Amino acid sequence: MKIWIEKQKYLIDYTLASLARRKVKNAGLLVVYSVLVFVLASVMLFTHALRHEARTVLEGAPEVVLQRMVAGRHDLIPPGYLERLGRIRGVQSQEGRLWGYYYDSVVKANYTFMAPNTEAEAIAPGNIVVGPAMARVRGLAAGDVLTLRAYTGKLTRFTVARILPQDSELVSADLVLMSSDDFRSFFDMPAGHFTDIALRVANPQEVRNVAAKLAAQFPDSRPILREEILRTYESIFNWREGIVLLLSSLAVLAFVIFAWDKASGLAADEKREIGILKAIGWETGDVIRMKFWEAALISVFAFLIGYLAAYVHVFHLASALFAPVLKGWAVLYPRFKLSPVIDGLQVATLFFFTVFPYAAATLVPIWRAAITDPDAVMR
Amino acid sequence: MSGALPAMKTVNTAVRETAPMIELKDIHKAFNQGQHNEFRALKGIDLELPEKQVTVLCGPSGSGKTSLLSIIGCLSRPTSGRVRLRGRDISGLPERFLTDIRRRTFGFVFQQFNLIKGMSALENVMLPAYPLGGDWRQLRDAAERLLAELKLGHRSAARVEWLSGGEQQRVAIARALINAPDVIIADEPTANLDTALSLEFMGILEKLVDDGKTVLLTSHDPLVVGSSLVQRVVEMRDGRIVPHVYVETA
Amino acid sequence: MIFQPAIIALLLASLVSAALLAGAAPYALEIIRFWDLRSGSERQLALERRTYLLSTVASFVFATQVVALLLFVFNADRMAAMIVGAMCAVGTLSVNNFGFPALISQIVLFFAAVCWLIINHVDERSPDYPLLRTKYVLLLLLLPLVLVMAALQFRFFLGIKADVITSCCGSLFSEENEKLGGALASVPVRPAMIGFYSTLALAILAPLYYRWRGTGAYVVAALSALAFVAAIVGILSFLSLYIYEHPNHHCPFCVLKPEYGYGGYWLYLPLFSATAAGLGIGALQPFAARPGLSERVPRLSRRLAGFAAGMFLLFALIASVMIARSRLVLLG
Repeated sequence: MKIWIEKQKYLIDYTLASLARRKVKNAGLLVVYSVLVFVLASVMLFTHALRHEARTVLEGAPEVVLQRMVAGRHDLIPPGYLERLGRIRGVQSQEGRLWGYYYDSVVKANYTFMAPNTEAEAIAPGNIVVGPAMARVRGLAAGDVLTLRAYTGKLTRFTVARILPQDSELVSADLVLMSSDDFRSFFDMPAGHFTDIALRVANPQEVRNVAAKLAAQFPDSRPILREEILRTYESIFNWREGIVLLLSSLAVLAFVIFAWDKASGLAADEKREIGILKAIGWETGDVIRMKFWEAALISVFAFLIGYLAAYVHVFHLASALFAPVLKGWAVLYPRFKLSPVIDGLQVATLFFFTVFPYAAATLVPIWRAAITDPDAVMR
Repeated sequence: MSGALPAMKTVNTAVRETAPMIELKDIHKAFNQGQHNEFRALKGIDLELPEKQVTVLCGPSGSGKTSLLSIIGCLSRPTSGRVRLRGRDISGLPERFLTDIRRRTFGFVFQQFNLIKGMSALENVMLPAYPLGGDWRQLRDAAERLLAELKLGHRSAARVEWLSGGEQQRVAIARALINAPDVIIADEPTANLDTALSLEFMGILEKLVDDGKTVLLTSHDPLVVGSSLVQRVVEMRDGRIVPHVYVETA
Repeated sequence: MIFQPAIIALLLASLVSAALLAGAAPYALEIIRFWDLRSGSERQLALERRTYLLSTVASFVFATQVVALLLFVFNADRMAAMIVGAMCAVGTLSVNNFGFPALISQIVLFFAAVCWLIINHVDERSPDYPLLRTKYVLLLLLLPLVLVMAALQFRFFLGIKADVITSCCGSLFSEENEKLGGALASVPVRPAMIGFYSTLALAILAPLYYRWRGTGAYVVAALSALAFVAAIVGILSFLSLYIYEHPNHHCPFCVLKPEYGYGGYWLYLPLFSATAAGLGIGALQPFAARPGLSERVPRLSRRLAGFAAGMFLLFALIASVMIARSRLVLLG
């Protein structure tokens, strides 16, 4: 065992020296390899961070939301529904919610308006709390006054109480929070009406039963499950990621051909070196192992460089290169800082998209180089 | 049989007829078998190489010297025929095991020296021992010692392409000796050297003989063939050994 | 099919593996037919060089499949979020009829591949390559297994539709279920525990006896396989309950999750390596009497036996620690 380790150390030693002797050629390979890892890793880190973000957001969301439908369209919940719900087994709490969208023609963007329910978050009448992206676009700071045109046509003045923190900007970017009375009068909603009803269910196994009961009790309404939204998000993000990866499989293919070519088109001096090694007592297996270490070292370097670059790109430079493709097309691009998430599955997958094809492509060329006849140098 | 060898060795040295280190029986080597350009480089070679002697293979180019040299040195396998090393038949061994025997038994000095450019003299000398996986410090010390013995101690850190022809050959010789082989094989060792350097090589050869190495050379150089160090000259022509020029010089 | 990077990666891996092995098959056939070590003909020399390629390809494919096995389970667990009713890997794997067969074929391939690599190891260290034909025949036999595994994986992944309602581990491994999984999970705790520990004890003692006396290789292999099954049954029927501290959670995959401190790896790593080593002893035994191997094979088998015994012991210890540290009480 000790001899085996010593031997691998010698082989790595030789490989490093050999790589250093052919800097230009190997640098080219390293750059191409790293760029491939960088592109794929960026896509993966980005979508994974988005997924993570969505999940974090939805973690606080209610398990079931009840929406009333009129002729297949979402409608307001009339007064009395909350009371009619009564007690359903497994439901911890139920509350009516007020929220909606508002189009701001000044900056040509949509805001999300909401009236928080809890006492702790209650907002005094006339005040609003705004999301960071909106604050940026409209140049708002705490204490400023914002005038918006209500649905009745009346101009309404609001005082900005504070700006929401940036933590999870993707969701809170365009948010405007106000009191429920302000909300109803702004959107000209009759008193006692709600946008929808949120239900909290503690046991995940009960969620489907609760939904079934709701559907039976309110034939004019539909229950929306959090797990379903989560699944939809998951599918959409995975699907986009998959499509991007499938497109980049062309890049992987090009890389495989490049690697194959590099590995099989050994330069004359490299061929001669292998011939010398064979002649002075290296065995085919030794040369294969040496070449294996070469491939492994290059892969590790390229993987590290590409992955680190992707990490910086996604989490510090806000994915400047890909965001438009992957995020969608809201006008208010949240300038969001994703919380860095590294995922084992993702790293393993990335490995299969880069190192694995490289190894497979160089397998035969390495063997072909290693079987050079030991007496070739004498001819 | 092999257990009795050491005893025989002492007896045989006295009568100057040592037991064969290497024994070849009816060796054939063909290239491009079964094709129209089939070429038979060796056509039935029988040869015995005694231990601790200097043997020279000579003959015109294309006579099969190099093919024979590479078969004796386990660099390649004969198409047919038997090779015995110290009584053990090694002609049927796969490359993996043949290589292991080769690197422990034979040291090679090639005509073109075949040093790896870009590496230092010291690293070049150490290279044949890499696959054995021994202790690195010991290996480096051994390599330094060999270079010093060959008066190259001061050049050990220099890259081989910066060395002169004679120095390069001495690095190649040190490399051939690093695994402490019993047999040294040199292909046209003086072909690329002037007279002074050739004489220097003969000096090194003498030391190798004193150390008890078995030496096998190919050469046309009268300086080598006519040397008093050489006990046997085997002349080859058209893949066969020429019987009547089978000279015992010593 | 669900477009997901990990799925694409897995399919890529099986496709390339199958293609490489299929591509190697004609060469293996040629070697089996024309191999003649005594000859020095150019064909023989060429065949000899090919053996290096085939060994490298086979090692590469099998190494890939080990990583792929991990990724497969990992990914199945992650995909549960996208499948209605699935809460962990079990839900994903039971989304159609190909999930569990794909997993099982991959595990079988793992053990078969380790046995092949052990035989290859022995062969390459004997100067006359005594097992060369055998090992290439075995390699050809492994090819269909790889193809079947790849096909099952394709059927499994292509058949997944995100809106299918599946059972989660709660229902598959719950006592009311009549399938095999349910039957295994409903094994009463006390007999299951007795079976678990006694089989493991035998699987530890047999290799130790083999190490000592050098006999009973097939018994070691059989007991290793049995211990593997007993260990899985044990994990399903009671060990999982202790780990999750929940009287009805019988899942063998959730242990791999971070919520349970990745404890599963501590269980499965020793279990798989012990079983592989034990099976390897059995795989070598037919060749133990061959001239030239009569020394090498028993020596390697002894080392494997020591390793197998140690790993089974480690597995038993880790399982016991998990039970001891659990706050769940199943046996009064």
